[in-house]
Parts: sequence; structure tokens; C-alpha cells
Amino acid sequence: MNIAVLMKQVPDSDEVKLDEKTGTMIREGAGTIINPLDLHAIEQAVQMARRCEGTVTVLSMGPPQTEESLREAMAMGAHKALLATDRRFAGSDSWATSRVLSSLVTRLGGFDLVLAGEKATDGETGQVGPEVASMLDIPFCTYVSEIHVDVSRGGVVATRTVEDGYERQFLPFPCLLTVLSDLNQPSMPTLSGKIRAREASVERVSAAELDIPADELGLNGSPTRVSKVSFPKIQRENQLFQGSSLEEGIDLFLQKCKEMAIL
Amino acid sequence: MPETNPSTQTGGMLVIGEVRNHVVLPVTLELVGKARQLADARNTVVRVFLMFDEVPQPSLQELVDCGADHVFFARHPSLHLFDPHVQTRLVVEVIGRLQPEVVLAGATSSGRTVLPAVAGKIHTGLTADCTGLDIEEQTGLLLQTRPAIGGNIMATIKTPNHRPQMATVRPRTFPRPIPSPRSGEIHPWEFAEEHFRSPIQVLDFKPLQGENENIQEMDVIVAGGKGVKRAETFEKLRQLAHLLDGGVGASRPTIESRWISYPHQVGLSGKVVSPKLYMAFGISGSVQHLAGMQTAEYIVAINKDPDAPIFQVANLGLCGDLFDILPRILQKIEGLQEEKP
Repeated sequence: MNIAVLMKQVPDSDEVKLDEKTGTMIREGAGTIINPLDLHAIEQAVQMARRCEGTVTVLSMGPPQTEESLREAMAMGAHKALLATDRRFAGSDSWATSRVLSSLVTRLGGFDLVLAGEKATDGETGQVGPEVASMLDIPFCTYVSEIHVDVSRGGVVATRTVEDGYERQFLPFPCLLTVLSDLNQPSMPTLSGKIRAREASVERVSAAELDIPADELGLNGSPTRVSKVSFPKIQRENQLFQGSSLEEGIDLFLQKCKEMAIL
Repeated sequence: MPETNPSTQTGGMLVIGEVRNHVVLPVTLELVGKARQLADARNTVVRVFLMFDEVPQPSLQELVDCGADHVFFARHPSLHLFDPHVQTRLVVEVIGRLQPEVVLAGATSSGRTVLPAVAGKIHTGLTADCTGLDIEEQTGLLLQTRPAIGGNIMATIKTPNHRPQMATVRPRTFPRPIPSPRSGEIHPWEFAEEHFRSPIQVLDFKPLQGENENIQEMDVIVAGGKGVKRAETFEKLRQLAHLLDGGVGASRPTIESRWISYPHQVGLSGKVVSPKLYMAFGISGSVQHLAGMQTAEYIVAINKDPDAPIFQVANLGLCGDLFDILPRILQKIEGLQEEKP
């Protein structure tokens, strides 16, 4: 079984501090990590490949330093890595990103399954998975929390966690799934994995090699534009009660509930 | 069909409505109300497209009364359960025929699945999880505002040259309109049978156990974090939620410890909620969690660490042991409710 995993390198938001004045993230000093939900996709792919002697290829679009994260994915057990990196990709929105990633998947030749995290912690759109599936014209499933391979039918049974319950769907190969964090527990890279990852090569792919028309590339190919950015400051009273004044705080809370017609 | 067949007019606002368990979701009505407002600014029409197996509640006329000029629907037994493949195909065809300027859908698990697939097919822009929509005066373009970087900035996005301009909008962003009798047209949309064929086989749906709650739709959320220490505490939180007619939320560590299930998770990797009242018990307030709840109208934080970041976004902070404070709150509310006749 050939499995492709879509991965994004994101700033480590646990390390990110907020600038109190502007409300923005201070990215300096914060490292980069594999998008946390993508870790679950990588783990799933590695486990599935182990069971059926499959191959896991991790695909990403990003600046050259994305290679570090791809090596980390290989240390977790992925076999190969492909990085689309080119200045012409700059400014890509979710459509243009999906255009590049779907071309990368096609470049693999044959594949059975594409896995991706449900969304990235920086962009938070969650759109790239479905957009890639749609461009590849393959069935897909989102918010997946459980996957079972059905060998005899040549597909997977995926459980989708939605607002009010769990849906189960059968999808024939090839298909794409975006996964949630309760799918599995990502394992730490092993020493042998790290050694292998250090020696492995990461194949780099340019815009020209992907043969994407100029009007579908980077900022030009992106239908959306950011027109304004503002820093909302929600004003709150920030009243704090402790020790002997707790009682007063609780009463204030109850009074507020009455005002809001909750009680 | 009337002489001016609405399906042959192009332009306007199109709301992709959502029906679940034979109920039109509130977010659909909210979007119809907002679309009406936007359409009036553009002097154009509001249309709604719904997919279902049985006629839902409230009636389709209510969508008209909330502001829709035309309500189209696909009705087919296969639409009983959600199939993204079929829904994407139907929506692409409807957009192709109606050529709307703007397409809106709820930022629900369905909307956040179908709309990106549609955008991928027709090469247009889609803005996820919007919390504000407006029309730019000079250009008539749709201004789509969404929180970014964990809700710490608001980005306004435009789709200048591609059509339609599409957005998914968080539930509860706009008020539910008050229906008033209007006239509008309601039409079934007939699709060829092959449109309902799918490579995907939807096997079954298992509703959430216990109290069925979609926390994104609730006025009150009582949430617990690492500080609640064990699964049993969530029983107490549920008791409080019940008294306040609300739902139970949770932070990521409690999900990882399996004290409560994933659908309750609030934050970047869970749900983004905007209730009237959000109570955070034993939640320190990571950037990811705050991003999921800081737009709540009123926030109460209960934590023993006075420096916990959650207090920065709280209207009311109770600094102390939650195992002392929670029973006191419960007792007081129960006392109040007993007083009532």
C-alpha cells in the first residue's frame, strides 16, 4: 500500500508569546514544529504501512527549512519525503496550496491513501485536505477519529467525529482522509529512525517541475487576498476574587446569570 | 413554474443550508438573515439550497420569512446521511447554474467539508470560519473577516477576481432573524439519478452518548481543564451545566487523558465556541484554548493559580480551589431554584 501524508511546518505555538500591545504572536525565538494534527496522520500511515509492507511518503510545500520537519517525519517511520519549495509558491492561499500538493501527490505515480491533519494550527482553515481530494477527484472523509482497512473490499472504514455523534463511511482506494488527534498517540522518533532520517534524501521539487500554469501558482493563483488586519481588544472587567472575597465573587456571578437571563 | 424561472436568473447571494435529523440548523437561518442584509446593500436576491430526504422543520416557508427570495431543494433518500461526494456534486451544479456572486455556508463539520471541495473544483476563494461579513462600498466586494493566529488578530479577506466569493461562517455569529410573512418561491430541484451515486458508502450514524449536545449551539458552556484532576469531576460540571441549561466543554489535556470525549474539546484543535457564558474550571488558558472561547460574551474563570493566563480574558475570576468553589456554586444555584415557586 502506498500512503502519502500531507504535512505542514508551523511555528511552535506553545513557545509563542503574545505581544500585549499589538495582540500578535512574537515569532522570534519560537521554533518550528510539525503541525500537531499532522503527527497523527504520519503515525497512522506508519502503523498501516508496517502491517502491510507499504510505503509512506511525506509531502509538503514550504521554505527550504521545511526539510527539518520532513526528516523528523522520516525519523517517525516515513520512508520518503518530497518538498515543493520555490519562491513562486509564495503567497499561496488554501486553493493554490492545494494545487501544488495535489500535483505532488500525482507525481508519486500510484497511491492508495492520502492522509492529512484536519487543520494546521497557524492558518486554521482546514480546507487544504478537502480541496486536494477534490482536485485529485478522489473520495474523501474529514474529521476522522478511527480508521480500519478493509482489505477484501479494497478500502477503508473511517469514523467521522461530528457535532452530534459519529458517522462511519466506507471509502474505496484511492481516497483521502483528514484526521483528528484522538486517532492515535504519535510515537517518539527512535534512534535508528533518526539515523536513517539523517542519511535519507529529501527530494525537492520546483514550480517548473510541477508544470502548473502561472495563473494557478502562488499569489497569482490565489483567489483570496488579505485586505486588512486588525487587533481586536475585547475589553473585560477582569475582576478577581480570592480568599475571603470568594463569596462576593460567587454572588456576583449568580447576579450576572440573572441579568443574562440564564438563571 | 412561473414565467420568470428563478433558476435561470444569475447573481445574488446563495446560502447552502444544512438539515440534520430533519431540522434546519439555526446557522442556516442566521445566514439567510445576514444574506438578506447583504443582498439589500447590493440590490440583489437571496437564494437558499437545501439537501434532505424528508421535509424538515421549520418549514421552508420560514426560510422565505427570514429573508430568502427563492428556496431550492434536492430531496432524495440517499441524502438521509451526510455524503460529501454527493453534496459537493450537487452544490457545484447549483452554483454553475445560478452563478451567484456570493456563497455562504455554516462553518460546521459538513460546511467545512463540502465548501472546500467545491472551491477546489471551481477555482474560487473560500474563507474559513468567518465571524464578520460586509460589503465594500466602492467595489461591492464581500469583506470576509475571520480570526487568525489563535484569534489574536482579525483578518479581512476579499476575493477580487474569482466568482463566487465563498465563506463558511461560524454558528451564532449573526442573530437568528425574526420571521415575518414575505413572499418567495419554493422549488424542488430535480437532479439526474446518477448525481446521487457515490463511491462512498455511508454505513451508519451513532449519536453522542448521554446528553446530546452540540456545544457550538449553546448559550452556556461549563468547561473543565487539567485542574479538575479526574473524569468524575466532569459529572459535577455536567450537573452545573444542566442547572444553567448549557453544555460541557473541555481543554485538550482532559481529552488526552480520556476523561471526556473529543466532541467536547474547545480550542484550536477542537471547537471554537462563542456562548453567552463560558465557565472555565481548572483551565490555565493556553493560546490554543483561548482561541476557542475568547469571544464568549461573559467569561468566568476558576483557577487556583492567580497568574493563570485565563484570568486575563475573564470578566470574573475566582481564584481558589475548584473543589471548594464548584460545590458552593452548585449549592447556591440549587438553593435559588428551590426558592422559585
